[in-house]
Amino acid sequence: MIGMGFLESLYMTVVSSALAYVIGLPLGIILVVTDKDGIKPCAGVNRVLGVIINLLRSIPFLILCIALIPVTRFITGTSLGPTATIVPLVIGAAPFIARMVESSLKEVDKGVIEAAQSMGATPFQIIWKVLLPEARPSLILGAAISVTTILGYSALAGIVGGGGLGDIAIRYGYYRYQTDIMLVTVALLVVIVQVLQDLGLRLARLSDKRK
Amino acid sequence: MGTGTPLIKIRGLSKVFRTEEGEVSVLEDINLDIMEGEIFGIIGMSGAGKSTLVRCINFLEKPTKGTVYFDNQDLSRLSQKELYKVRQSIGMIFQQFNLLMQRNVLKNVCFPMEIAGVNKKDAEKRAYELLELVGLSDKAKAYPSQLSGGQKQRVAIARALASNPKVIICDEATSALDPSTTKGILALLKDINKRLGITIVMITHEMSVVEEICQRVAIIDSRHIAEVGYVQDIFTKPTTEAARRLVFPEGRREDHFTSKRCCRIVFDGSSAFEPVIANMVLEFRQAVNIIFANTKNIDGKAFGQIVIQLPEDELTAEKMITYLRNRGLTVEEVHNFV
Repeated sequence: MIGMGFLESLYMTVVSSALAYVIGLPLGIILVVTDKDGIKPCAGVNRVLGVIINLLRSIPFLILCIALIPVTRFITGTSLGPTATIVPLVIGAAPFIARMVESSLKEVDKGVIEAAQSMGATPFQIIWKVLLPEARPSLILGAAISVTTILGYSALAGIVGGGGLGDIAIRYGYYRYQTDIMLVTVALLVVIVQVLQDLGLRLARLSDKRK
Repeated sequence: MGTGTPLIKIRGLSKVFRTEEGEVSVLEDINLDIMEGEIFGIIGMSGAGKSTLVRCINFLEKPTKGTVYFDNQDLSRLSQKELYKVRQSIGMIFQQFNLLMQRNVLKNVCFPMEIAGVNKKDAEKRAYELLELVGLSDKAKAYPSQLSGGQKQRVAIARALASNPKVIICDEATSALDPSTTKGILALLKDINKRLGITIVMITHEMSVVEEICQRVAIIDSRHIAEVGYVQDIFTKPTTEAARRLVFPEGRREDHFTSKRCCRIVFDGSSAFEPVIANMVLEFRQAVNIIFANTKNIDGKAFGQIVIQLPEDELTAEKMITYLRNRGLTVEEVHNFV
């Protein structure tokens, strides 16, 4: 049972992270590019996007899970289990990821961007060849934080029958006072977070050519 | 050396920035011709508007008024796409080098060619040639963080040359380097200008850089071009306050001299042999006080300057000035110097 929960947790985290990045990464790029100091300033888009992202980020995840039940049912056919949990996870994490990506990209030296502009690079080339590669170590670190945060959210979804280790911890550990199961699931979560965070750190350090 | 046809023509260029505190005028009515093949200096104190002027030359900053002609194309009439194309023929190097830190040296030099759509094999071949030219062939696989400041600037120069530019604009390119590294970089730029015939525009606040390699210079002072001309002419006969400040970079004021008249004498190579001052002192039997002296190498020619304090006696002072002028020296009275 615990092995199954472990796999479910990993499944939710990995799939949700991937999908959340598909949405969050472009949003983060748009935030940076349309900023008033960005390479294609556009105050309107920047403001609207910023407000939407803040709005989504301020909704507590549990409330988001419940509020999204109809949407989840529409997409996955159920509101229970790991696959169903992916829907609110993606929607909850994408704005968070957008902000993480934004802050990573903003670390890129303005001078390097100006150099690329002076060589006649188009905004698309600057994003693709300057912003993303130069921010790579920081983006990887951000990804480690985002993925572990998503894992935490996925455990929270256990309270509404989301599946995975969080679900087990609540059903057995909390409702049935089986403290041993509670401890094992929590320990497993701790291990996963440690491993992911460490992996991210290592990858970031390995890919950083600034030393 | 310049061929006499202008490569860059700046016409009636003004730039006003809109900020929250209102409008700030940074450049007013700038007119300049930069000739093909010359090394042209633009010098000014920080805050004079130099960096804005650079950014206007390649239209990274659109001028509020006026325009720039590059190679006879009016940049204000070009589409965004055409502008990208023009920028590819303007190489640029910067004070902070601005290399891509996550790419190795070879890939940095390839970068402008990637942008221009050159295929990878040709780009790498050319990048190796350019690294050879700047003397860094052995660093092709190194990352910028492993290089010294001078080496980074050499990579930046190779990168600027990669797209076969007509001009290289150097924005305070030596300001972050120590004097001996600066000399090396300036020599390299001079060599590139001579061998490849590429026009070079040096933007700087250091007169020594201008003296070392520029043929002509524009002095920019509080939003305007104060003076344009050959470096040696401006050095011998500065006509504006801004120029004078740059020619005497030491510009110190020593109050106990203020009661007396001072003269600045400029020697060029031909007059440096005769001991003029010594002879003058012997002839007038009056001492003069030498308060400042140095020699400069302006584009390969030796120039010297001396500031002397004339005797109290008006008549002798007047005669001394005539004496010096008769010996073909440039003499001007300086009032604000001491």
